[in-house]
Parts: sequence; C-alpha cells; structure tokens
Amino acid sequence: MYRILKQIAKTGIVTERPVEPDESLRLLAQRLEAVVLRHFGRSLSVRHVDAGSCNGCELEIHACNSPHYNLERLGIRFVASPRHADLLLVTGPVSRNMETALRRTYDATPEPKLVVAIGDCGCTGGIFGASYASCGAVSRVIPVDVAVPGCPPPPAAIIQGMLTAVSGASARRSPGASR
Amino acid sequence: MTHPFAALDIDAQPMPGAMPCWRASVVPTDLRPLAEKARARQARLVALWASDETPRGAGYALHVAFALREGLLWISAPLERAHPRYSSIADLFPAALRMQRAAYDLMGVHAQDSPDHRKWLRHGAWPGGQFPLRKDFDAGARFEPGEDRYAFVRVEGEGVHEIPVGPVHAGTIEPGHFRFTIVGEKVLRLEERLGYKHKGIEKRFEGLGALEAARLAGRVSGDSTVAYAWAYAMALEAAAEVAVPARASSLRGIALELERVTNHLGDLGYLGNDVALSFGFFQFWRLKEELLRLNRELFGHRYLMDYVVPGGVAGDLPPPSLERLLKALEALEREVGTLKTVYDEHAGAQDRFIMTGQVTPELAAALGLAGLAGRASGQAHDLRADHPIAPYLGVDVRVASHIRGDVAARVSMRFEELAESFRLVRALAAGLPAGELRVPVVPPADARRGCGWVEGWRGEVLVALEAGAEGGLHRVHVHDPSWQNWPLLERAVLDNIVPDFPLINKSFNLSYSGHDL
Repeated sequence: MYRILKQIAKTGIVTERPVEPDESLRLLAQRLEAVVLRHFGRSLSVRHVDAGSCNGCELEIHACNSPHYNLERLGIRFVASPRHADLLLVTGPVSRNMETALRRTYDATPEPKLVVAIGDCGCTGGIFGASYASCGAVSRVIPVDVAVPGCPPPPAAIIQGMLTAVSGASARRSPGASR
Repeated sequence: MTHPFAALDIDAQPMPGAMPCWRASVVPTDLRPLAEKARARQARLVALWASDETPRGAGYALHVAFALREGLLWISAPLERAHPRYSSIADLFPAALRMQRAAYDLMGVHAQDSPDHRKWLRHGAWPGGQFPLRKDFDAGARFEPGEDRYAFVRVEGEGVHEIPVGPVHAGTIEPGHFRFTIVGEKVLRLEERLGYKHKGIEKRFEGLGALEAARLAGRVSGDSTVAYAWAYAMALEAAAEVAVPARASSLRGIALELERVTNHLGDLGYLGNDVALSFGFFQFWRLKEELLRLNRELFGHRYLMDYVVPGGVAGDLPPPSLERLLKALEALEREVGTLKTVYDEHAGAQDRFIMTGQVTPELAAALGLAGLAGRASGQAHDLRADHPIAPYLGVDVRVASHIRGDVAARVSMRFEELAESFRLVRALAAGLPAGELRVPVVPPADARRGCGWVEGWRGEVLVALEAGAEGGLHRVHVHDPSWQNWPLLERAVLDNIVPDFPLINKSFNLSYSGHDL
C-alpha cells in the first residue's frame, strides 16, 4: 500500500486542459451554443461500436480514458449497453458482417441520440473502401452527426468530436437558447 | 551437403529473402503424408490458405506453411479445377481446422474428412457457393444480406444454461460472439464465433499495386502495424530481390520493439484494471501515453504506422532523437520496475492472476499455442531468437518463457519482455549503422514469390506474397497468430468462473481484425 500511495503522490496530476469543440468537424450544420452539454445535464453516456476497424481507432478510444485525457471528468463515460447511451462512437469501415449488428445497436439506443464516426475508415471507408465485405463509411449504414478523420485520430480529436456533436445537439434542441 | 528437408522426402528450394524460407510443390495426395512427417518432427503449423490459379490455366492451389528448425517451409499443392479438394490435416494440426473452413468460405477448396464443415468467415454478406477470393468474383459485388444461421453446438443437461455475448461487447473491444455454456458460475463450454470484421482485406490486396499495398498491410491489425508492415515489406523485398540497408533494418528493429513496449504497457494496465487495481491502469496508461507522444515526435505517428516501407523506413532517428528515446526508455524502465513490485506484492491481484485461465504446456503443444501466450505455456518459440536475422543477429535475443500457462504467467511474460525490449532498443541504438534509410523497390515480375515472417508483440506474423502482372499482386495471404490462439481461449476458460473471462481474454489479447481479414 505504501508503494502505491508513494507512486500516486510522486505522479501527481497529469490530466491536461480539455479540448474545445471544433465546428469544422460537423456534418449537419448547427450553430455552436454556449449551452454546451446543458441538455445532457453535463453528463454523456457513450456506447462504442467497432463495426469493422483495424483496431487502431480502438487504441485511441482506450487512450481517451488514460489520465492525460481523463474523459470522465468531462462527464463523459462509456456504458455497457446502447440502451444506456446518448451517443454512439462508431469505428469503421462497416463490415457487411457487422451491418445488422450496427443497425440494431442504433435502433436500441433511445432518442435523442447522436452518432460520431471515428477515423478515416469511419468517415469514408478508408483504405478498405466499399466491397463485397465492406459497406464503407458509417454514414452509409446509420445517420452520422459528426465524423472525425485520422488514421487513427488522436484522443484529443475523438473527445473534440464528441463535444462537437453534443454542443450541436444542445443547440438543436433548445430553440429558446439561441439568440 | 544433406538436404535440409530430407527427412520429409521433399525437394524444397530456398526462397530469396531475409528469413530462411523454402518452397516445395507436392501433389495433393502427398500433402497429408507430408503433414504427418512434419508433425513427427515437431513442426508448427504457421498458416494454411488457398489461391486461384485458373487465370494461369491451372486449377486452384492449397498452401501450407510449417515452421521447422531450418526455417519456414511453404508447401503448395495444385488442386483440380472442377472439384478442388484435399485431405484435412486438422487431426494432425488442430489449428488448421478454422483455416480450412476459412479457405473453403473464401476460395471454395474442400477439406475432405474434416470433422467440421461449418462456415467460419462467411456470415450473411455473401451466399454459400460464392467464393470471394476466386478471380471471377467481382470485388464490388453486393448481395442481399442473408441470415447467418450458424449452428452452435448445444449443451443440454440439468442446470445448464447459455450466455450469448456479442458481437457488440460491453467494453471498448472488437466485435466477436462468445457462446458460454454455464453450470452455476462455472464455464462448462465456450464456443467462439468470429468473422464479424471480415472486410475483404485479401481481395483488396489484389486490387492494389505492390508498393501502395504496404499501407493496407499496416492496417491488417492496427495494434501490430509495425509487425505487418515489416512482414509485407520483407515479402515484397524477397520477391523483388532487394536487400534493405543496414541502418533501415536496425530502425525497423527499434520500431518493432517500441510496438511491443506500447502494447505490453497497455495490456498490463488493463490486466490491473480487470482485477480492480485501477491504480495499475492509470499508471501504465500514463506511461503508454508518454511513449506514444514521443513516438509522434520522433517517428511522425503515435503507433508508427507507415514507418516501415518497402525498401527501408520512412524516416531517420538522428543522434539527438536517439538520445531522447534512450533517456525516455531509461525513465520508463525505472517506473515499470516500481509497478512490477506493486503487482508482484499485491495479494488481491495475484490471487486473481494465479491459476486462472490455465493452458498447460502439453495442451499448448498439442494445439499449437503461439507467440506470447505460447511462451507463457512452455512453447519457447520466438523468431527473433530461433532465426536471428538483421538487426537481431548481433544482439542475442533472450526468450522469456513460463510453464504455468495461467494469467499470472502471461502477466510475467509481459514484464520480462518489456525488460528485454528496453535492452534490445539500447543495443540496436548503440550499434546503429550509418548509411541509407531506403532503397528503391521495383515491383516484382509476375509470379515471383516472397515471404515475410516477423515476431510481432503477439506472436509470429506471416505474409506470403505472390506478385501479379504489371506491378500488381496475384495473391497475398496475411496471417495473424490469433488464428492459433483463439481456439485455446475456449480451452483456457473451462472450469473458470464467468467473471474471470474478461481477465483471461485480456491476458491473451487476441486480434479480431487480424483474424477476420
């Protein structure tokens, strides 16, 4: 126990300032509002769906939970079921063998829901493209709010993508808040 | 001079390339007797795949790669066009079973007398009787999605129930389906159903030029991008008969060890997390993140994607960068040492690790457990030591191994391999030769072949390449050691409790993408 406490004290806090939403990532044009996260009560539940990636994007999604990024401090946490989720974080390309599972996951997610496609393959199909075995981009299977390019996109870009989706959703859903 | 494979009664020809690889052709009826002799000589099955030779006026072909003391032996057997079939070797090499099923799904070559003819990589995306890797199959074909209707083995009896899990899992994990049969809390049986990530990688290779396909190879399994990029480059360089500059080869070695380090750090973090030692997760992932950032600065990419290129490497490590890397690794090694003591002394963690998810050395040998998990179960194979080539020739890789074969052994393996990788990077850096980083590679002529065989962090990765016309690719088979190890996971969980499955699974940490292709 002493060693653990000593190591924790020695390490200190490595968590960095969070990133800001990036409007350039938005697919569905919405104005950024100051009411970011209000409609999710500053809490966002995320369900990750790997729909056929090379697992590179998963490495970076894991890294979002590492102490440098410390996702949970932003009120964002990964949940075990789409039924608990506000946002689906989907990596691609969507393999045809995952097409049905992805649709079912989307259908099982309660409204209002957001979808963020992660990585070049999630955005466009990437190097795998569309084929007998691959549907290509996530948006060819389910509606996508924000797409984050990169191979793989670094953790800050993934977090930024989620914040962008949420801030847009807040704007969409609170007409009174718009000036 | 005695022939290296005289005991197998075949005439094998050495292949060009960095690794010791031989090739031989046999008639299909000789394949099984050959496999029997190979088995008797303790050969390991590395891969089994098929190719379509009909555009060349022949039929199909079955290919088997064995690892022997002398090196890799690539056997090809021509199969007739009308009814391509061969005798199953799954009773001799159990790991062949799923590979044979996949070879049928993709190429329509039939394994006779196989105990299992169920489909494997095919779900509902294309109908039975269509074989995507055949040359007359249109890569862009789209079929109405069909039902999978996979025939899981059912277990019945008093108190027996099933827990189906996946393909979408509760955590950030790749998709796959696990069908647990449970009595009380204990796992009576586990049946895996994989193939969800099949995205047509091998067909895609055939649509790319031999040089541009290197990017695709680096994305077969993202966590092993260096291993795959190197294996692909090695195969292409062999087929084109290009020798890589010494400096490039040392830098490849450094990159491969850094890939091992980042993956082991991540796994050790999650193995702590899975036994409720979240301290371990945060500490190891802090260390991993720091190394990833350094990778980004020194190599231009956090995971070193596209750093290994055909002909060499994409960038240099000048002395100041090298110094930074060595300094960072020195600090990292100290921290890992501290954390190892914490893990070793943590009674709660050790209680969960020890005797959980055990694979005995006997079972591992019989079923062909590979790579890191194999070494944790007494299978002390490591290409870096078994067949040392540049840059491993002068640095004498020390292979760690254990015989307990439990989660604790797989945890220990990672700590020991981290220490060895730190030593190797130092040794490779100290002896880093001057010279070029990259030589040009002209795409090999039609029908030229090459093998790439690399010990990635998970185990041995194989790329078997045959060039096509006009700088293209006739057939590229990429093989991940996860093929060998997935069936062993089914065995490792037996008699364990369901809540230990995530821990056992993590201790193997197998690739779905590298398997599903």
